[in-house]
Amino acid sequence: MSALPLAISRRRRRSVRHTLDLRVSPYAYVAPFFLLFCAFGLFPLIYTAWVSLHEWTLLSDTHEFIGLDNFSTLLADGYFWNATFNTLSIGVLSTAPQLVLAIWLAHLLNGRLRFQTLFRVALLVPNVTSVVAVVVIFSQLFGRDFGLINWVLSWFGAGQIDWAAGTATSHIALSVMIMWRWTGYNALIFLAAMQAVPRDLYEAATLDGASTFKQLRSITIPMIRPTIVFVVIVSTIGAMQIIAEPLLFGASMSGGAAGSTGGPDRQYQTLALFVYEQGFGKFDFGYASAASWLMFLAVVLVAGINFLITRRMKGGLV
Amino acid sequence: MRLRYLTLIAVAFFSAFPLYYSVVVASRHNSALAQVPPPLIPGGNFFANVARVFDTVPFGLALANSVLVAGSISIAVMFFSTLAGFAFAKLRFRGKNIMLVITVATMMVPAQLGIIPLYMLMVKLEWTGTTYALIVPALVNAFGVFFMTQYLSRALPTELLEAGRVDGCTTWGLFWRVVLPVARPAAAVLGMLTFMSAWNDYFWPLVVLNPDNPTVQVALSTLASGYVNDYVLGLAGTAIGTLPLVAVFALFGKQIIGGIMQGAVKG
Repeated sequence: MSALPLAISRRRRRSVRHTLDLRVSPYAYVAPFFLLFCAFGLFPLIYTAWVSLHEWTLLSDTHEFIGLDNFSTLLADGYFWNATFNTLSIGVLSTAPQLVLAIWLAHLLNGRLRFQTLFRVALLVPNVTSVVAVVVIFSQLFGRDFGLINWVLSWFGAGQIDWAAGTATSHIALSVMIMWRWTGYNALIFLAAMQAVPRDLYEAATLDGASTFKQLRSITIPMIRPTIVFVVIVSTIGAMQIIAEPLLFGASMSGGAAGSTGGPDRQYQTLALFVYEQGFGKFDFGYASAASWLMFLAVVLVAGINFLITRRMKGGLV
Repeated sequence: MRLRYLTLIAVAFFSAFPLYYSVVVASRHNSALAQVPPPLIPGGNFFANVARVFDTVPFGLALANSVLVAGSISIAVMFFSTLAGFAFAKLRFRGKNIMLVITVATMMVPAQLGIIPLYMLMVKLEWTGTTYALIVPALVNAFGVFFMTQYLSRALPTELLEAGRVDGCTTWGLFWRVVLPVARPAAAVLGMLTFMSAWNDYFWPLVVLNPDNPTVQVALSTLASGYVNDYVLGLAGTAIGTLPLVAVFALFGKQIIGGIMQGAVKG
């Protein structure tokens, strides 16, 4: 008589535990990501906005609320606009040719091919090379006096180009580094999309006598458009945040100090590097945070424009 | 057809050449760099240059730090991503779809934006200068969660889970006995991708660490930004700091590339 309620309560307890297991445990499984993102992703993001409204430096313990003063100072700061121009210039120079090249390479890799794996590995090797290694290696290659690139160019009658000194030349050198590291990676992303395009479309086109270039233009590119839009957006977001390349290029070309200014004349200081200079060179956290927010607006704006352009573009992207 | 192979060979050459040339320079003496034409084959000075690297920066410590950081991040990312991927792919709970969308959307957030407050947070936690500052924020990421979700929703048979339930497995038991064995190949690829990106990470370690307790990349950048342009030294460091990773990649390239391309299709 007395054993019965005990059994019921034990069964009920077990069923409560079972319900908990079914209903609640999934949240526990996804929780680590969300907790970590809130602490180290979302919180810093929101806090940036708060800091940007203050006179906030490492040197002083008081943080005076100054409203939008940091932003108005920024908009009148010539160095900020210089960094904006450099970011856009390096971004266009590195991204536009890179994506065209990546689509073309993916097209070459698509279909029956011997040494397929070997070519893919070769294409991706630059991407597993660290950014530090890339800049160190290319700084040597782009050296003014003994660089291999100037040596090759001298066969064609070019003089000794001081790549790091000029605005245009330094932007080209940095873009080459970025392209070297990312073209193969993007080619593989495009290749993955191309392999999902139905084969019979190509067979029909071949029967109609369409050249492979024509097939690329009128079958492949329209079919992989969602991937192209995706890659353009991701590349844009990446290009707007370029920092390690100019920082290291400056440091290895003109001695440690010139790193955060992007060359002695700021000829290749990007927006992210400007933020770094203000925040970790001058420890002016308020000003740097305001610059971060303007950079964020620029990212959203440029990514949005590119999204609209890529989505609207008809067939002939190449 | 022949043009296709020639083009691909040329591209493969341009991909590999800078790395090869870095070994050439790293195995020479600085004076050899001033020669015309420049040296194109490796010399015999490599080990002497490597020894100089260890004399100039705390490279042994840097290697130990990088192995510790990249290793623990990889293990944690594999574990937490499989766990979350299992939940997103096969478990039913309210708000699942919107949570998955949010997870993917966070990949688009420009990380640079929060770098200042993140640094301030590390100062508050007294983690600056320590490897905690590198490891803890990186224990799990959206890419890993999404990657494992994709894989498990394809590769994990629902019947297998139902059979496990009938046998009285709890959800945790299912994860341990059924999900983990199925997830292993994808988790291994994710682990390698994570290890490489953690090993190569530069900017955040530069901000938060001190030069006397660096990771490999921070130590390399110290070498490269000396006031005297010692290219040989910088490239010798680069060679020992990055080429092992490139070699491992070349070995497992097929699997890693498969992983990248699978992750991309629905990306």
